[in-house]
Amino acid sequence: MNSDYSDIVNTSKKQTRRKFLDVILGAGFFAWIGAVLYPIGKYLVPPKVADISVDSVEAGVIGEFPPNSSKIIRFGRRPVIVFRQHNGDFHALSATCTHLDCTVQYKSETEQIWCACHNGLYDIEGRNISGPPPKPLAQYQVVLQNDKVIVTRGEMT
Amino acid sequence: MGIYESLNERLYLDKIVEFSKKKKVPVFYGTIWYYLGGVSLFLFITQVVSGILLLLYYQPGVATAFESVRFIVSKVEFGWLIREIHSWSANLFIFFVFIHMFTVFFAKAYRKPRELTWFSGMLLLFLAMGFGFSGYLLPWNELAFFATKVGSDIAGSIPGIGDFLLRLLRGGDEVSGATLSRFFGIHVAIIPAVFTVLLGIHLVLVQVQGMSIPPELEKVPEKDRRYMPFFPNFALRDVLTWLIILNVVALLAVFFPWELGVKADFLAPAPPGVKPEWYFMFMYQTLRLLPAHVWFIEGELLGILTFMVGGLIWFFVPLLDKKAKVGERSKFWNWFGIILIIYMIAMTIWGYLV
Repeated sequence: MNSDYSDIVNTSKKQTRRKFLDVILGAGFFAWIGAVLYPIGKYLVPPKVADISVDSVEAGVIGEFPPNSSKIIRFGRRPVIVFRQHNGDFHALSATCTHLDCTVQYKSETEQIWCACHNGLYDIEGRNISGPPPKPLAQYQVVLQNDKVIVTRGEMT
Repeated sequence: MGIYESLNERLYLDKIVEFSKKKKVPVFYGTIWYYLGGVSLFLFITQVVSGILLLLYYQPGVATAFESVRFIVSKVEFGWLIREIHSWSANLFIFFVFIHMFTVFFAKAYRKPRELTWFSGMLLLFLAMGFGFSGYLLPWNELAFFATKVGSDIAGSIPGIGDFLLRLLRGGDEVSGATLSRFFGIHVAIIPAVFTVLLGIHLVLVQVQGMSIPPELEKVPEKDRRYMPFFPNFALRDVLTWLIILNVVALLAVFFPWELGVKADFLAPAPPGVKPEWYFMFMYQTLRLLPAHVWFIEGELLGILTFMVGGLIWFFVPLLDKKAKVGERSKFWNWFGIILIIYMIAMTIWGYLV
């Protein structure tokens, strides 16, 4: 009788010990998985690169811009379209279409900004006037210094 | 002792021979659909072989990707052939995988006990589309550059995880050399590894469970059903089909080459005619048709959410179709499939017309 009783005690003791070890091993296993996956997950996310801080970019000389012409320049990391209207006025707008990120172009016939991807149209001030673009293009300022065309971040951006 | 005998002692070849002798294919009006899985498998193998060959010359990187593909198609002997076969076989692969999926759907082959085969097949389809999306960018031409910009921008508009997903896909904020490196790694290492494992599971399941037959045929008593042995009868027909497909791929490669186009330029405006691959067209066209705002939600977002929910429903159809579980056809799911096919075809055609 006595030995039977101690068997039961031993078994339940063993079971609690087994359970305890199972929990420790299980938790250890998941911690190990986490320790493997965490750095891999972090590695996959590209690091934030500080935006190249640019306040102004030289787009060229005035002679490069005959009336009704355009040029896309790199402003920091982003493309900016600089164009000269028929009447000689200079404008600069973000060249990235607000719809799906395509690069826009200057339509000389109508003096509008056009995105070929999905037929989005903007006016010379960058206002979205037809097609799918949801927002206007950001404006930049053009400063003419001597014969240089300089594009700067305008207050309007 | 012969070579076969000594190998058999170690590898139990007799069992494999025994198994393939017993394997049989049902013969009925739908037998032709049984070739589609095999055709897809063959095209995948073609992709692996031609892809490895391209890898010997291709150099990822903004300064070299386009140039190395141009080198392959213009200087390397038969380089044009390998690249054209890779492009055509990729397109046919997706095409046959889609037909394979729809025939499986209408034959109700996803019902118990084959739910896992359907799930693994659906995952393979998603990966195949990932293969297409990542491979499209690798020649670094203008159309692919802008298609990738647009495609990843769409992924970026998913609420909550959009921004994270966009940066994860592009390897930064913009489509750049980092994106190209990333897509290259995804295309030649990550997806192939996962794909191969899933394909192995998919094929083992098909072997273990045997060929499925439609519910109507199940009602025919076993003695009245017709079969053909898998080996050699069906296997030889398989090989013949593969031979025909390879010839079709070669003909398409020679007579309808895919243009390399113009090198991608960060400072060039997007050219007209930026399109995704045809198998993304039905989704793309839908997004294009949606107005900027539907009720209170952004149109594009509504479209993406609808496709995500639709994809999930399609994925879990083995669990949702209650009638198929008891061996009956459900009118609802039949119509669901038919309308989906009509929708996909109509949107694809419309997308190419505008």
